[in-house]
Amino acid sequence: MTFSVLAGLKKFNIPHKFVVKNIYEYYAKWIREGKLKVNSDWNKDLKVKFTVQDPCQIVRKTYGDPIAEDLRFVVKSVVGEENFIDMQPNRSNNYCCGGGGGFLQSGYKEQRLAYGRLKDAQIQATGADYCIAGCHNCHAQIHELSEHYGKGYGVVHLWTLICLSLGILGPNERAYLHDDLKEVNVFHPETEM
Amino acid sequence: MTDLPIRLGAKKESSTFLEKVKQILPEGGNLNSCLTCGACSSGCPATGLENMDPRKFLRMAALGMDEEIQKTKWVWMCTMCQRCIYVCPMQINIPQLVYNARALWPREQRPKGILGSCDMALRNESRSAMGTSPEDFQFTVEDVLAEYQEAQPEFAGMEAPIDKEGAEFFLNQNSREPVTEPDEMLPLWKILHLAGADWTYGSKGWGGENYCLFLADDDAWKQITSTTAKQADDLGCKTYLNTE
Repeated sequence: MTFSVLAGLKKFNIPHKFVVKNIYEYYAKWIREGKLKVNSDWNKDLKVKFTVQDPCQIVRKTYGDPIAEDLRFVVKSVVGEENFIDMQPNRSNNYCCGGGGGFLQSGYKEQRLAYGRLKDAQIQATGADYCIAGCHNCHAQIHELSEHYGKGYGVVHLWTLICLSLGILGPNERAYLHDDLKEVNVFHPETEM
Repeated sequence: MTDLPIRLGAKKESSTFLEKVKQILPEGGNLNSCLTCGACSSGCPATGLENMDPRKFLRMAALGMDEEIQKTKWVWMCTMCQRCIYVCPMQINIPQLVYNARALWPREQRPKGILGSCDMALRNESRSAMGTSPEDFQFTVEDVLAEYQEAQPEFAGMEAPIDKEGAEFFLNQNSREPVTEPDEMLPLWKILHLAGADWTYGSKGWGGENYCLFLADDDAWKQITSTTAKQADDLGCKTYLNTE
């Protein structure tokens, strides 16, 4: 969306008064300003490992490495620096997962999974338990890669982990967490549905 | 014994697909600057699919093989991720060549899934690829908000406004959450609440996805972006905030 809005405004000369931003930048800003008091204590002993996908639309195609740095700052703040493992290559030089450009809806499933083999190999090489995917297409594709190629790593949104680290993640907001994190730091556990 | 010679440049140079695309791109997309080094193809996850790769696609266009360019399904397997431009010493815009090759397909013959999602977004002013109406969106947001304000009293004062005039941030929302997993909207709302962000959704143009771009349908893409831009401006929002 970031890309389609920015590119569309420019391509079609659509008048507008606002600036277009991505929320990663604000997550990082709000953490630095102390508005989001995140910490990684919940993972000090658990040592659950995370890697992160750089969404092409947000990083390479729009804001470049500075937003990739913001993304890493947020991730490290919430899971602990020692529990973050970057995939290689990364940032603007990362590979597309194969979920974008309409590939997920195109009907070419076999080719899409073949395309994603590289992404799965990158993630497997990190040994991470979870891949953070802050984009829905990436999320759906990497989830399918994890099952198809058999490694079974989890795929989570960034907002889930921010709230987990803030101690405000309820029991019904954990659809993408595996059993290892279902019971950790639960906010209002009595409301479980 | 000898094969028939391959005829190159059968068409007038100015009328080839490559030349047409060059005319609409800034700097002609550098489409004539290829050194054939192969950096694009060696780092492209779509290399090998449909016996194609970015360098080959560009070379075929340069050689005027427009019929093959128009036929290959590979244009729907390249995600236009732009890694090829990133690694290219000449910054050649192969993804724009792919985008324009998609547009050569008759609209009704383009992949059904992408076509359907684009058409859904044109159905109403939500511009949601799932066709969700502004009323259904509003109902879901209000319903889920009320449920959580009660279940998590620390957030009783939390808001999820729609069409709040003068809010700083105009936030869009991928339809997947309100339609299929509404509980997933909560973490984002809670973060915005704790950060003290002054934000709003729009009843028009809240849909956070755009399949018309992937469909290479310029008119529809323009319509979607215009709806959401106008709503953000009408509400006086200074920042258009994307979650993805």
